[in-house]
Amino acid sequence: MARAATSKAASSGADALSNIKPYPASQDEMLRFYKDMLLIRRFEEKAGQLYGLGLIGGFCHLYIGQEAVAVGLQSSLDANKDSVITGYRDHGHMLAYGIDPRVIMAELTGRGVGISRGKGGSMHMFSVDHKFYGGHGIVGAQVALGTGLAFAHKYNEDGGVAVAYFGDGASNQGQVYESFNMAALWKLPIIYVIENNGYAMGTAVNRSSSETDFHRRGESFRIPGIQVNGMDVLEMRGAADMALDYVRSGNGPLLMEVKTYRYRGHSMSDPAKYRTREEVQDVKEKSDPIDGLKKIMLEAGVAEDVIKGIDKEVRRISNEAADFAESSPEPDLAELYTDVLVGSY
Amino acid sequence: MAIELKMPALSPTMEEGTLARWLVKAGDEVKSGDILAEIETDKATMEFEAVDEGVVSELLVPEGSEGVKVGTVIALIAGEGEEAAKPSPLEGRGLGEGQSIAQSAIPEQPLSPALSPQGEREIKPAPAQTVSLEGGTPTTVREALRDAMAEEMRSDPRIFVMGEEVAQYQGAYKVTQGLLDEFGAKRVIDTPITEIGFAGIGSGAAMAGLRPVIEFMTFNFAMQAIDHIINSAAKTNYMSGGQMRCPVVFRGPNGAASRVGAQHSQNFAPWYANVPGLIVIAPYDAADAKGLLKSAIRCEDPVVFLENELVYGRSFPVPEGDHVVPIGKARIMREGSDVTIVSYSIGVGLALEAAETLATEGINAEVLDLRTLRPLDKGAVLASLAKTNRLVVAEEGWPVCSIASEIQAICMEEGFDHLDAPVLRVCNEDVPLPYAANLEKLAVIDAARIVEAVRKVCYR
Repeated sequence: MARAATSKAASSGADALSNIKPYPASQDEMLRFYKDMLLIRRFEEKAGQLYGLGLIGGFCHLYIGQEAVAVGLQSSLDANKDSVITGYRDHGHMLAYGIDPRVIMAELTGRGVGISRGKGGSMHMFSVDHKFYGGHGIVGAQVALGTGLAFAHKYNEDGGVAVAYFGDGASNQGQVYESFNMAALWKLPIIYVIENNGYAMGTAVNRSSSETDFHRRGESFRIPGIQVNGMDVLEMRGAADMALDYVRSGNGPLLMEVKTYRYRGHSMSDPAKYRTREEVQDVKEKSDPIDGLKKIMLEAGVAEDVIKGIDKEVRRISNEAADFAESSPEPDLAELYTDVLVGSY
Repeated sequence: MAIELKMPALSPTMEEGTLARWLVKAGDEVKSGDILAEIETDKATMEFEAVDEGVVSELLVPEGSEGVKVGTVIALIAGEGEEAAKPSPLEGRGLGEGQSIAQSAIPEQPLSPALSPQGEREIKPAPAQTVSLEGGTPTTVREALRDAMAEEMRSDPRIFVMGEEVAQYQGAYKVTQGLLDEFGAKRVIDTPITEIGFAGIGSGAAMAGLRPVIEFMTFNFAMQAIDHIINSAAKTNYMSGGQMRCPVVFRGPNGAASRVGAQHSQNFAPWYANVPGLIVIAPYDAADAKGLLKSAIRCEDPVVFLENELVYGRSFPVPEGDHVVPIGKARIMREGSDVTIVSYSIGVGLALEAAETLATEGINAEVLDLRTLRPLDKGAVLASLAKTNRLVVAEEGWPVCSIASEIQAICMEEGFDHLDAPVLRVCNEDVPLPYAANLEKLAVIDAARIVEAVRKVCYR
């Protein structure tokens, strides 16, 4: 739940982490964060529409409400070095990386020009060029895989850091702790980002988790943890800078619990009966990350017209992505048997 | 009465060993817990302890003796006031009355922690079975696998080996022996006991461009990790539209070992061979073990490489140099004209044994080793069937939904016109593997059953 979470660090030996400061963004940077978050919001709303029209099939997990997390964190990464992996709620992380919304939406509609050539779908999207390693449908798998990315950074001595996103639900999977253990043992450069949106599908954290302060989940592996307000992009960015600095300096893994909230159901087919309309409404009114940043920008003297211009442009981009995704052809039938294996035997 | 000390079995599969060194001599007084000798198995060097008190009256097997069968009387101990007696006949297996292996715990893992292997010593495996050594250097399967990894690691710095006990312990089955010394701790990595964790780390590292060789102590433990093998490794290339590869090798012993019970005795070949996106390899002899593992490591696709513990110690000729065997190609192990026996892994040895017996009955059997189970070399199966018109599949594993049933389906669908008899499968019995020696023997495939099935398809 996005009760006004104040950031805090919980661990010994990580004093440097105890003081998370909001990132002192310039007006230009704020405008960029705003645009990036708004693009995720509008894109996801559009995806929801297309799902309702039957153009997107299967599972479709929207990121609406959680935009500040991916945008704040990924704006801090070094795109040439750092790698990112996440679960199935992955559209936002890809958009935050600046990956073309058209090929993402075309993947959602299962088209040949989709980023996975229509063979992955919503949950299985990758961009190795951007060091974005998916897009994984098995809850918790990305944590061990992400630890493998961190292993490769260390093995190659390339100075990169891996970021593995997972939810409060995945936090109860066994392999998460197997990964924590090895990451700490081998001092792997990884930030474990727990996006705590309060619900593992329909199960509230207090019904699923004996320790709901997820930033403490690394304690028995001596992994320090911080808790960050994921509804505030500037705080996210500030925490990300600090976390990256800590991990890049060779201190080993770090756990970042991000308190956030998803406005929509777990997936498109979730009626979300496990929470009240009032609860959702309350978060939207009081803690919305996009409205929050807009308010800060207006106070900082950004002209309303400039913001409106961004709103318009983002709407255009997401509409174009939807048109592209709708009008592009499905994969050639011959694609059925391609890419099963790389080699020929 | 004198106590007979017999050559102990120091692992579930040990049949003989080398009596490396006596630490006592005739006339010495010994008491319980004293170390009497060092015994080398093909996996490790073990200390052999006394259990009873007495005086060593005679050492019957000199130190340095190789190939001492388990159960051989190696020394006599006289109790107080007794005279040395002559040993009774040497037959028998297992521990003598006056001794035990250091502690009685049955090893859950291949080597009991109570037995202290001395990893730093040079270990010379004693071959359990030797086939013709013409045209190559006699090498155990164990050494061949190690050589494959070492050679590939020398030429590609992206390759690393990771798993339980692979580094300092030198491998639970000694397959990774010497790799730590040559390549260092960066590339030969001991993990905690955490199969899904390190299978995931290996898969992730492969996605990031490294070439991991992930050892499972046995494939029984890989069930903990099977999600990464299938969902993460096998499906990635397809799901990403060819964008993201996962060139990882998962290797380790598979199938029934010896007397380790149901949870440690299973052939997973059909499980993995069911999955598109995986390469599944199960070699029989040392040359294939080496050549196919080298191919597996070089391969851009994820590979499940199924070894067999019972074959690790067998010696076979291995060609010199960079011996690489192509993936996906079966091999005729023995030419024949009357019937084809299709097999893989340890079953190939049994099939060859059966073929020898059959030859004495005037049945000339062809033995085909599949070697790779996915992609399966259907062409080789069908070509051999077209030649012999009769086919039996021999598989050390359960019969239901097996490689054998797949071969039967292929023969029925694509080789029907060539069949002069139904295709029969000879597999393990369809039960969890029992522990008792007699029941285990009953449950596991043997050459006699293959012979019987061949007679049937030949209408003899």
